[in-house]
Order: sequence, then C-alpha cells, then structure tokens
Amino acid sequence: MDFIFIAQQSFSAALGVNTIIFALAAIGLNMHFGYTGLLNFGQAGFLAVGAYSVATLVVSFNFPLWAALLAGILNSVILALLLGLPTLRLRADYLAIVTIAAAEIIRQIARSATFNKYLGGSDGITGKFGKDFFDLNPFKDGLDTPFLRYNGNDLWVVVTGWALVIVVLFVMWLLVRSPWGRVLKAIREDEEAVRSLGKNVYLYKMQSLIIGGIVGSFAGFVYALSRQSVQPDNYGTALTFFAYTVLILGGAARVFAPIAGSIIFWFLLVFIEQMLRQAVGAGYIPEWLIGVNQVGQIRFMLVGLGLMMLMIFRPQGIFGDRKELALDARA
Amino acid sequence: MKMGKAQLVRKIALGLAGFFLISGFSTLAASSALAATESTLAGEIKDSTSTPLSGVRIDVTGPNGFATQLTSDAMGKWQVEVTSTGIYDVTLDQASLPSGQALTDLTKATRKINVLMLGNTLTILFPIGPGAEKTPILDQSAQLLADGLILGIIIALAALGLSLVFGTTGLTNFAHGELLTLGGLLTYFFSTIAGLPVFAAIPIAVALSAFIGGYLQDRLLWKPLRKRGTGLIAMLVVSIGFAIFIRYVFLFIFGGYTRQLPEFAGQEGLEIGLVSITPKSIISTSVGLLLLIGATLWLLRSKMGKASRAVADNPALAAASGIEVEAVIRSVWILGAFLAAFAGIMVTLNQGVSFLMGQDMLLLIFAAVTLGGLGTAYGALVGSLVIGVLIQLSTLIIPTELKYVGALLILIIILLVRPQGILGRKERVG
Repeated sequence: MDFIFIAQQSFSAALGVNTIIFALAAIGLNMHFGYTGLLNFGQAGFLAVGAYSVATLVVSFNFPLWAALLAGILNSVILALLLGLPTLRLRADYLAIVTIAAAEIIRQIARSATFNKYLGGSDGITGKFGKDFFDLNPFKDGLDTPFLRYNGNDLWVVVTGWALVIVVLFVMWLLVRSPWGRVLKAIREDEEAVRSLGKNVYLYKMQSLIIGGIVGSFAGFVYALSRQSVQPDNYGTALTFFAYTVLILGGAARVFAPIAGSIIFWFLLVFIEQMLRQAVGAGYIPEWLIGVNQVGQIRFMLVGLGLMMLMIFRPQGIFGDRKELALDARA
Repeated sequence: MKMGKAQLVRKIALGLAGFFLISGFSTLAASSALAATESTLAGEIKDSTSTPLSGVRIDVTGPNGFATQLTSDAMGKWQVEVTSTGIYDVTLDQASLPSGQALTDLTKATRKINVLMLGNTLTILFPIGPGAEKTPILDQSAQLLADGLILGIIIALAALGLSLVFGTTGLTNFAHGELLTLGGLLTYFFSTIAGLPVFAAIPIAVALSAFIGGYLQDRLLWKPLRKRGTGLIAMLVVSIGFAIFIRYVFLFIFGGYTRQLPEFAGQEGLEIGLVSITPKSIISTSVGLLLLIGATLWLLRSKMGKASRAVADNPALAAASGIEVEAVIRSVWILGAFLAAFAGIMVTLNQGVSFLMGQDMLLLIFAAVTLGGLGTAYGALVGSLVIGVLIQLSTLIIPTELKYVGALLILIIILLVRPQGILGRKERVG
C-alpha cells in the first residue's frame, strides 16, 4: 500500500476545494441553526442559486463575472425572503419540511427541460464562465509536495477560497459577539422571553436567514467556479445533510466549528476511501466482500452512521459547549 | 490476480493503440482544414423505425449574431454552413414534430455544438421515438384522476405510519421513506432471487418489513433514544443519518439499478370506461385500500387504536390513566412499517424499485402529512389523496417533469394560509 499517496490525497482534500465549499455552507447553517435555532434544511437551495446565478448570467446573458457574483448575492437574498416570509412563524419541524421542499423545487426547476435554454436541463451548464477569475491566477504551475498537491487552477481556488473563508469568519465573529448576535442566541433559547422584551423576533430571524443564505451562495460560487460547470443533481438534499454533518461534527454555535468540521470531515472521507481502495486493490479485503466501485458507498454509510453517533453521543460536536446549545429549547 | 493483470495490460495496450489512431486522424483532418473557410452542421431526422421525418424545424444560433432557421427535407435531412468558430446552439422545434413523435430525451432539444475549427462536417442527431398520443382532454383528465387516486393511496399508506409515529413520539422521521424501499427490495429478493411467485413474496416481504422496519427499528434504535431523553430535534437529525446509512446499505447490497419484477413487467392495461389500468394496479390498489380501511377501523375501534390516539393527545395523561405507552408506540411502529412496506410494493409493481425510491417518495409523504395536519391520522389520509390527485391533474397545465414542483408549491402555500393543515388543530403549531 502506498501510504505517501494516501497521505498526500488526504491532506490535499483536508485543505482542498470541497473543504472550502462545505465550510462556507456550514458557516451559513451555523448562523441559521447554531445561533438562531432555525432548522434550515434548504441550504442546498442557496448554493444552487449562487452557482446557477454565476453560470447562467455569464454563459447565457454575457454578464461580466463580478456583476454575476453581485446578482448571485441579490438572488440569495430574494430566496431568503421568499422562504422566510411564510415559514419563519412556523414551528421548527414545519420549517424543516418547507425549506427542504423549497430546495427540491429549485433543483427540479434547474434540471427541467422547460428551462433547458437558460439552465441547461439535467446536464447543467458547462463553459468557461470562470475565465475572468482564472486569468488572474498567479500560480499557473500548481503545487506538488509530498503532502499537498494541487493543479494550477485548484491552487488558485484554494488560496482565494481560504481568504474568503477567513473574511467571512471574521465578520461572523464580529456579528455574533455584537448585541445583535446576543439577541439571536436569546431567540434560540427562548423566543417568548425575547418577544416580551419588545424585540421583533420575526425580523431578527429574517436577518439571520438572509445572512446565512448569502454565505451559502458564496459556497455556491466556489462550487461553480472551481469546476467551471454546474450540475443540478449536485444540489440535492444530500448536500444539505452533509453540511449539517460538518457543522455538528465541529460543534454548532462555535464560530470556528464549521472550518474544523469541514477539514476533519474531508480528511476522514478521503483517507478512509483511499485506504479501502488500496486495501481492496492489494487483496487485503476480498473482492466478493467489497468491490472497488463499492468503496464510495461505504464512505457514505460511514457518513450516515457518523451523523447518528454524533447526535446521540456528542451532540455538541468536537469543540461545542453542551450548555450553550440547548437543541430542544422550542421543540 | 494474475489473470486480472494480464487483462489490464491488454486493455491499456488497446487503449494506447486507439489513442494513437485517433490522434493520427485528427492531425490529418487538421492539416487538410488549413485553408477552409467554412464548416457544415448537418443532421438527419428519423423516428425510431428509421422513417425520415420531413418539415421539422431546426433553429441554429451562434457567435456574432448568427441565426438561421431550417426545415428538414423529404429525406429528413438538413444542413447549414457556418463561417466562424465558436459555440452554436442547435434547437429542434418540438412543436413541428408530427403527432405521435417526440424527443426521447426532452432535455436534449437544444444541443450545444462547439466548432473548434473550420473545414469539417459536424453531424448532430436528435433521438426521436413514439411520444405521447394527443388524447381528448376529458379522457386525459379521467385517466389522470385515476392515476392520481392510485398515487394518493400509495402516499396515504406511507403517510399514515409517519403521522402516527409523529403523533405518539414527536419524531419527524426522515428515514420513513426507507421503509418503502425495504418492502420493495424484499419483494424483489424473494420473487426474483429466491424464485418465489410474487403472490407469495409479497406477504413475506410485508411481514418481514413490519418486523425489521417496525419492531426491531423501534426496539433497537428509537426506544433506547427515548429512554436517554434525546431531544426531538436531535432525534430528527439521527433519523437523517439513519436514512443515509440505510440507503447506502441498500445500494451496497442491491446495486444502483432500478429492478423490475419480471413476472409483472410490461403488463397490458385494461380499458375500463374512459381509463386504462393494468390488472396489477387494480389488485394492488384494492388491497391497499382495504389495508387503509382496516388501519382506520383499528384506530377507531380497537383498544390499542384508541390508546394510540390518547397517547398522541397527551402522553403523560395517557400513562397516568393506565395506558402502557411503550406498547402503544411499538404497535404504531409495526403498523406504520407494515403499511409503508405495502406502499413500497405498489410502487415496485408499477415502476420497479431502486435504492433511491424512498428518498424520492419522502417529500411527497411529508407534503401529504403536513397538508393534512402533522400528527392527525385522518388528516394524513385526506392530505395524501389531495396531493396524489393534484400531482397528476397538474400535468394538464404544467409540464409532466415539473409535477412534483407543483405539489411542493401547494404545500408551501397551504402552510402560509393555514399552517395547521386541513384537519390539524391550531394549538399544534408555533
């Protein structure tokens, strides 16, 4: 077994593009779920809106990239308003069902033949819509070290992506420490008490949904630009559930948790997959038990099992504080 | 292992040879194209029996405002010369196809063609097959209504269990869809792999699902969690993890294909009045209806059924008045898994079963339960029939592929107007 290769793959993944995407998605969820207690199961919808805004506006309408990015942010605000207006008064489990339905509506419309002309149907949109972004790339040669290896484009995405994550995280840190952030946490713990203090709970929840949604659309930008394509089925419910796994793994209601969660999640995922693949390839695991193309399925089983075990035995995650996050304040 | 390696070497050798051949040809093509100033986009439109279709409109748009419209000739052929490189959109106008013919993949009406260099001919094919016949709107509505009622009964079977479990334990179970998949896959296993007749396989599959998916699932997973005092939101997230886990266990064991029951695949429909229904559909729907009536009677008449409603209403009071709450929850789980397994079998009979079946059905089930009012058993029944019929009838107005979008939109709108659902009570929300 080639342990150097396994280490290289795992460490590259731990700091790679997927880690950035899921860290951003989970930072948005942290605002919704961790700080405000909103059970948003439609985060994939915000990513889809971000990703499709960039791809569609640049490819079909010839927008410059920066304008498409701005429009993507605007669209995610609109989605947050559309989602929030009817649902934010509802109980947590209703909100969960409605948001998951909304994300599914977005995916089905994106993959439908009816809007094929602009959204590309089930094939999605492929094109050089990230050209403006990659033209700025100073690292055309990529990186090739024993522990980290990226090609030129990926390295540029990784560098700018982590810069974006740090900026977003800093803003989040300022927000949740502010008086505004304290109101959010109070809403999470006891909505009625906050209302009795004369705060407009509905408005605060809406602001939280919008901010978390915008961060979600950032994740969509990275997703679309890094691959130079968007595919509707990448934005299914599984994406949202994985983002939750990342968040809960790190520890909800902790500013740095999404990053830690995402790094650990992707490291483990790739590490386990590579180990299994090599073990099967070298004959340590018999072919009748696990085929080479079944390795990917095992890693999803482990994600599901991991999410269950975390929630049962350590709902505060690795870095969370059990006292801070009373998950069932209003259930 | 040795065999494997030899094969691998041979494959690589073949692949390399192929690669050199192709690159050789493309260098040839490139050198001959040096002086060319135009490329040809061409195609031939034929139906599935290779009969050419004439008069089909093709729109071509491309760089520098290039736009042209053509129609296929008597041999079904069309072609256009283009003079600049770039990406061209070639769109087949579906309305111009003769009746009874349609694209086999509706998302492929527009093809993006990248002309990298000039001088060669690019052939673009649109696969066409027999499409839906255009039937009068009355027949169509009657057929859709019948399909909708069948879908409604399937959803109702699944929704009843979800609603009862929610009512008695407060669990929003995202793994409920996997109970449908379990029923379908077990039927497939016993009929096709173990070789039993389908009529014998179904009762075994339903009984096993009720035992594994109902009794064992509650006993080994949810009951211990209730004992630990795990919160409702935490249990909701646990059910998501469980659903992902089970789904990929199914994929691991059964693979990713959609499996049909060979005994019943491709059955001819019977013409009854305005509608055409397959015999398997008639029988399975009747049994499903009987099961629903039985479950409703159980809830209304039997001691356990009444107790389950009492627990749903107020668990503490029910326990205080001598009802054994755990026994009630256990029977609700078994009943729920039993009904869901049959719903899964109905889907399997009609469309086959894949590991994603439960996931695909889950949102419809949630929509039905929420529409009727979370936690009310009759609400789930009414909600299911409404959702089933609405989904099918909506295809009169909106494209078939968007029919679930319509159902989900209705769900959101209902929640806006009447958050407690059709039959729900107001105090259940917020």
